[in-house]
Amino acid sequence: MNTFAFTPKNEEKFSNILKKYPHPQSLMLPSLWLVQEQEGFISTDAMEYIATKIEVAPIEVYRVVTFYTMFNLEKIAPYHIEVCKTLSCKLCGQDEILKYIEEKTVNSDKFKISKVECMGACGGAPMMTLNGVYHENLTTSKVDEILREIK
Amino acid sequence: MIVKIVSEKFDIPNSHTLKIAKEHGAYSALNTALSKSPEDIINIITESGLRGKGGGGAPTGTKWSLMPKKSDKPHYLIINGDESEPGTFKDRQILQYDPHLLIEGIIISAYAINAHEAYIYIRGEYKFFIDRFQEAINEAYAANILGNNSTLSHKVNITIHRGAGAYICGEKTALIESLEGKRGHPRLKPKRPEPEYYFGNPATVNNVETIATVPFIVENGASAYRQYGTEKSPGTMLFALSGHINNPGIYEMTYGSSLVEFINEIGGGVKNGKKLKAVIPGGASTPVLKADENLACIMLDYESMRSAGSALGTGGAIIMDEDTDMVEALKNLLEFYHHESCGQCTPCREGSGWVDNIVGAILDGVAQEKDLDTLLDVAKTMNGKTICVFAPAVAGVIEGFLKNFREEFENYISEGRFVKSPVEAIAEASCQTSLE
Repeated sequence: MNTFAFTPKNEEKFSNILKKYPHPQSLMLPSLWLVQEQEGFISTDAMEYIATKIEVAPIEVYRVVTFYTMFNLEKIAPYHIEVCKTLSCKLCGQDEILKYIEEKTVNSDKFKISKVECMGACGGAPMMTLNGVYHENLTTSKVDEILREIK
Repeated sequence: MIVKIVSEKFDIPNSHTLKIAKEHGAYSALNTALSKSPEDIINIITESGLRGKGGGGAPTGTKWSLMPKKSDKPHYLIINGDESEPGTFKDRQILQYDPHLLIEGIIISAYAINAHEAYIYIRGEYKFFIDRFQEAINEAYAANILGNNSTLSHKVNITIHRGAGAYICGEKTALIESLEGKRGHPRLKPKRPEPEYYFGNPATVNNVETIATVPFIVENGASAYRQYGTEKSPGTMLFALSGHINNPGIYEMTYGSSLVEFINEIGGGVKNGKKLKAVIPGGASTPVLKADENLACIMLDYESMRSAGSALGTGGAIIMDEDTDMVEALKNLLEFYHHESCGQCTPCREGSGWVDNIVGAILDGVAQEKDLDTLLDVAKTMNGKTICVFAPAVAGVIEGFLKNFREEFENYISEGRFVKSPVEAIAEASCQTSLE
């Protein structure tokens, strides 16, 4: 039995988005975002649910979820830190920042640390995001400040 | 030379709100635009020589004129805000500081190609900028500038489509595939120029900055835009500086400005007083330039960059100082391409992993001299044998590094570690040699 369903609020959002596109298949990414906002990740049950709603085979949803790096296939830690590793950040000391963040969070299961490719913040290198919020021009003391607010 | 057309309102506090934007002239081009015919607007844009600012530099007017004149199918305007090229962070400034300029540009551009629906595809990581732009869209709907209740003679709806972390979706046909709910796999290119198709309906894809330039041109005329820049690259562009530079950031300048002046005067020179070693001029996918006596001759326009063996790309320059390990820099970029290859074409899917591994072996000290030839051989196989320009760009990146810094790669292989090579300070003197 399928255990996933949109909340009434998300169901309403889905119907509103549906009006904006000529074909329900365009709702692939928008509905996957709704799922991820609702559950934190995208289960196979949710994929089947979306497939029915946007009139495609479940495998098509799976193909898409596994293509785009921002979709989580399983539940992740509550604080997701992404550290950009691409060239401008690399040149500006990303290695030290990443090492520092890893040291500071090593004993906590509240954090997921990911090395990610260019986030489009090269002018503020090195940078990280915490649950999607950009933090630029990082120094170790700035990292301390960001982490202190969590703990 | 700094000239602010798109970035005019960036420094005004709260320029993103409708009230402040209107006080500073937002939406003033709409009356002029809607009093002309769509053909007139396409003509003005063609005459202005406006070139797409997403990297390719294709003429915008020509692109628009590909849209069918008579058709019973709906037309679509699709705006590319995927901005994922390393070194590039310009479109987000427009979304953050002047979203109403972009909306104004969208309305005029949609009118020119007879579209009532516009989709803007913004990379998923840009949540803050998506929210900011959505607020501006909501304001424009409430003020009856957008939507079916708009007081304008041409009604336009704008929908933001959030990406989900795939570099390749910045390729316009991959973007449309993604918009259609599929993996971002680029499409085969047509033999003759034709519009793009969204669910079989004609569509045009333009970059955010390109669309944001449209209101100025339509309001002030083609010659007002052509007074800046060069004959073949008219106007201005949001150029970027990042890496080892004192003042990283976005600067709107005329095409044809000097690259060295951009770095030294506007960028404040290389960080920590060091010497300049190399520049990647237009986003990671443009071949690296060596800081030698020829650098002073290179200008920030499409033609000059091409004759220097690189490309203007997105205008996002990455600066590297004298201590930069070029093997490590290339490895960093190849990891990016290895991760981002969409996997559709074999030469790219396999090749991007292979070249990453070879340069990784050099870094690990287990490579042999002949591996450099293998590297170039794989690069050659990646070039011109795939559906999109991703793999050819990777080949260009590799060839650029080896053309300019081969000795450093050879030394790394023989010594098993980074050997710093001497870097000459480039003379401030003006360009001595002329480029073909």
